[in-house]
Amino acid sequence: MVAFAIAAVAAGVGCKKKAVDPFPASGAVAGWEKTSDTRVFAAKELWQYIDGDAEQYLQAGVVSASTSDYKYQGQLEALVDVYTMGDSAGARKILGSGKTNDGRSVQVGDAGIAYAQSVTFRKGPYLVRIVAYEDTPGAQQALMALAHGVEAKL
Amino acid sequence: MKSRREFLKEAATGAVLLGSSAAADKLARAGMLDIHAAPSTARKSKVVIARDAALHGAGTHPDEQRVLNLLDKAMAAYTGREKPVEAWKSVIPAKILSGGVIGLKVNGLGGRGISTHAALILAIAERLQQAGVQAGNILVWERDARSLEACGMSVNTDPSRVRCYGNDVGGYEAEQSSWGTANVRLAKILTRECAMVINLPILKDHDQAGLTFSMKNMYGVVDRPDQLHANHCNPSVADLNAIAAVREKVWFTIGDAISSVYDGGPSFRPERLWYPNALVVGEDRVAVDHTAWQLIERKRAEAGMPTLEAAGRAPQYIATAADAAHRLGTCDPQRIRLVEV
Repeated sequence: MVAFAIAAVAAGVGCKKKAVDPFPASGAVAGWEKTSDTRVFAAKELWQYIDGDAEQYLQAGVVSASTSDYKYQGQLEALVDVYTMGDSAGARKILGSGKTNDGRSVQVGDAGIAYAQSVTFRKGPYLVRIVAYEDTPGAQQALMALAHGVEAKL
Repeated sequence: MKSRREFLKEAATGAVLLGSSAAADKLARAGMLDIHAAPSTARKSKVVIARDAALHGAGTHPDEQRVLNLLDKAMAAYTGREKPVEAWKSVIPAKILSGGVIGLKVNGLGGRGISTHAALILAIAERLQQAGVQAGNILVWERDARSLEACGMSVNTDPSRVRCYGNDVGGYEAEQSSWGTANVRLAKILTRECAMVINLPILKDHDQAGLTFSMKNMYGVVDRPDQLHANHCNPSVADLNAIAAVREKVWFTIGDAISSVYDGGPSFRPERLWYPNALVVGEDRVAVDHTAWQLIERKRAEAGMPTLEAAGRAPQYIATAADAAHRLGTCDPQRIRLVEV
């Protein structure tokens, strides 16, 4: 269903990318449960999801964005956003623009940055952002596990 | 009974320009003159920043009772009335208290991590009811159900309780309203339902506008806010606020600076989250935004970050809103009476 939706969005803008469902199912990554349906936004609808933030993605050639909520061990809630860019340069541009000195480089995808409550990485034309709503002990480790779970599906 | 035009004429030639706030207030409370719609050039605009360093305790969520107490402190400082009910009665015109719908325009666009706090929304709804407003005449409002959920609110259209729904339920006007660059279809909740709106934005850095707070929160009352982001939202933010329905109905801000994002906004950036533990209150939307801008700049400086101007996105719409064409308020520090409690 999700793969179909993403494919439909991609087809609508003339994109020939392979349709993927980047969201791990509940239990696919230890401790993580997928707690919402996946929502998909075409580039022209992105403002409905992220308002003013949409502009930087549009400038970097975003094709579509998809998002879903997750929960870790019934406690830690997180959000996973997957942006499908026109090419890897677009994903690189977004990742580079969000990098600050206090971020830690991590081995996930082609390149990634982690903070206490977030992990952002790129893989090919995909830019993935995972954010936890609370800073709890072990949050970063759990986020990294989920990031690897998403990476494996891209 | 004098017409609104007669009152405006008297005000323009008399008390308001003489700077008599008491006289202007009296006119306003009579519900005949909306001084809030165009702050007088002769009066200083009062802005209150109320703080409680212990608002969050050890957790992520603010303590509800402390939020209520902070609201009372802010309203007391703003109105000079210690009793909360009296404070509210001095701000909201009697005819609205007794029968008008009061909208609470919140902001849930940033998602659960950075949206107007439910504790603040509920505290205001509680005090309004104690001041005589029927529960069903309070309408908590945002663009859609998901944005309201991000604030911790649930959709409710039952008029026996505080109502809560979005433009996805209320719809938009078919006709466009226009002012300058803003050619928009306004939410019917604003145009048809509400007698007045209390603006409850949340303080955030904004990738395009530089800052989103009081005036920028009005992007949630139009059908296509994406069309108002050119040139760092300048002059669109000012133009939108100059549209009559926005100018005249949305004249009181209780800004949520309980938590904030000082860079990387408007989306939730936990690595740039900070807790000012504050409310910013005022009737002059320009003065409120100018004050909020200073809060963000102070935090950015503390974090070793460049100013918004150096980052290429100073919120220039604030000065535009104060110019002779818009006359929405003042951003001149000499004409802002800032009270910090």
